[in-house]
Amino acid sequence: MTDDRFPNHLNRRDLFRLGLTAGAASLATACGWQGGPLVPALQGASRLNDWVGENLFLSGRHLAPQYPHSARTPEGLFPAYSISRPMLPRVADPAAWALEVGGLVRRPARLTLEMIQALPKVRYTVKHHCVEGWSAIATWTGAPLASVVRLVEPTAQARYLRFDSFDSGYSNGWDLESAMHPQTILAYAFNDHPLGPAHGAPLRVYSPVKLGYKLTKYLTKMTFTVERPGGYWEDQGYPWLGGV
Amino acid sequence: MTEPTEETAAAAPEAPPEPVAEPAALEAPPAVEAAPAPAEPEPPAEPSRRPLVKRHHGLVRFAHWANALLLVGLIGSGLQIYMAFPHFGPRGGPYFPNPWDGKPFPARITLGGWLAGGLNWHFALAWPFVLTGLLYLAYLAFTGEWRSLLFRPRDVPRAWQMQLYYLRLRREHPPQGKHNALQKMAYTSIVLLGALSVLTGFAIYKPTELSWLTALFGGYQLARYWHFWAVWIFVAFTLVHVALVLVVDPASLRAMITGWYRGRFPSHD
Repeated sequence: MTDDRFPNHLNRRDLFRLGLTAGAASLATACGWQGGPLVPALQGASRLNDWVGENLFLSGRHLAPQYPHSARTPEGLFPAYSISRPMLPRVADPAAWALEVGGLVRRPARLTLEMIQALPKVRYTVKHHCVEGWSAIATWTGAPLASVVRLVEPTAQARYLRFDSFDSGYSNGWDLESAMHPQTILAYAFNDHPLGPAHGAPLRVYSPVKLGYKLTKYLTKMTFTVERPGGYWEDQGYPWLGGV
Repeated sequence: MTEPTEETAAAAPEAPPEPVAEPAALEAPPAVEAAPAPAEPEPPAEPSRRPLVKRHHGLVRFAHWANALLLVGLIGSGLQIYMAFPHFGPRGGPYFPNPWDGKPFPARITLGGWLAGGLNWHFALAWPFVLTGLLYLAYLAFTGEWRSLLFRPRDVPRAWQMQLYYLRLRREHPPQGKHNALQKMAYTSIVLLGALSVLTGFAIYKPTELSWLTALFGGYQLARYWHFWAVWIFVAFTLVHVALVLVVDPASLRAMITGWYRGRFPSHD
């Protein structure tokens, strides 16, 4: 069962050996070294940590703490990143925009913003954790991703979700468990006003259970898969799960 | 194991005005105090005639050197991670006091090359660090070795005497077992520091899933802050530790490598 989810798994002894080699190597050649021949082993260890994060830490019942409005980060200080530069990604015709939901589902759908806004509404003020180490608090409003999942009825084989965007091919892969977390939403409002182009307009993924780089902005497509989808940063070596 | 009788005996000629020996006197029977220097003979001054004793179990030596290497890697990769956001505190500040605020660290002391590389090293080395730590603690608990290492209230006056000796305010080296009271203090606190590093590490690794732990350290940014300070305490500890080994008891270096010790403090209490 864990095979496809955990392909390059290391056993405890491997990890132990990795630790020794790694420690020795680091002593010899620190100097900003990425790991050279050890990089595959490091990525294997990263997959082990994904497995630990998914199976030991992630709980669908554990809700992220919420904060009062007064704790919000001043809006100008809430960072916003995009791959496209210097111009922010924008949809040419907002009226024509829709989210394609497909892949391993019984009822593929094309959802307009109005249809998503008509779904049950979740609004929370939570802390955002960036992989860089900064954190910031904001209010997000959107539809629970779980409600969209129920709408399209994924097949039994569906194990992962791939999110695509119109931001220079930025994409992310998610495990279904994190996607079904009650605080994972398709957000259309930031601090109680419609999402702006800096924060992923017209629609983005938001969740306090993942690091910022997992929260795909400028959504275009949601695909249910059996294979673990890669992602823009994940393919370059960032931890795949990105769970916090 | 009883307290070394030489302790009170050796303290007697010292005769400090208000002897810190008070707690020790409570523990040792007066009869012993009367006896002048009976118990353990001073190890011969000539190093070659000192007894050769087994000092450290293989497991302890393994844990010691594995931790030393792992810490180098963990600190190097940790500094790499730090540079992605070299501040502690909310966006826009004010940031917590930090001499390295906003500053990069030179590449020669970092590991990973970029943020993702640093993260992957850090998360790969963290587990072996935790496992060796637990192995070491389990060994101490099962064998009773913790007795020669754990700093307890009765060690406070002894640590003071030891400090006086190091400051040359006391002539004789205070009697000791395997370790003196200051060593016990150091080796107890370093285990606590290791635990603090691991716990603050988990608090910033999973601040949502382990939000109770993160809250315990004062929140995400403060947990990062403590995690960072632990680094400098580790570095300071290592500098003092290595200096004292070389200056005070070089034989202990061999003991930590081979397990065998022929030095000034052969007792194994």
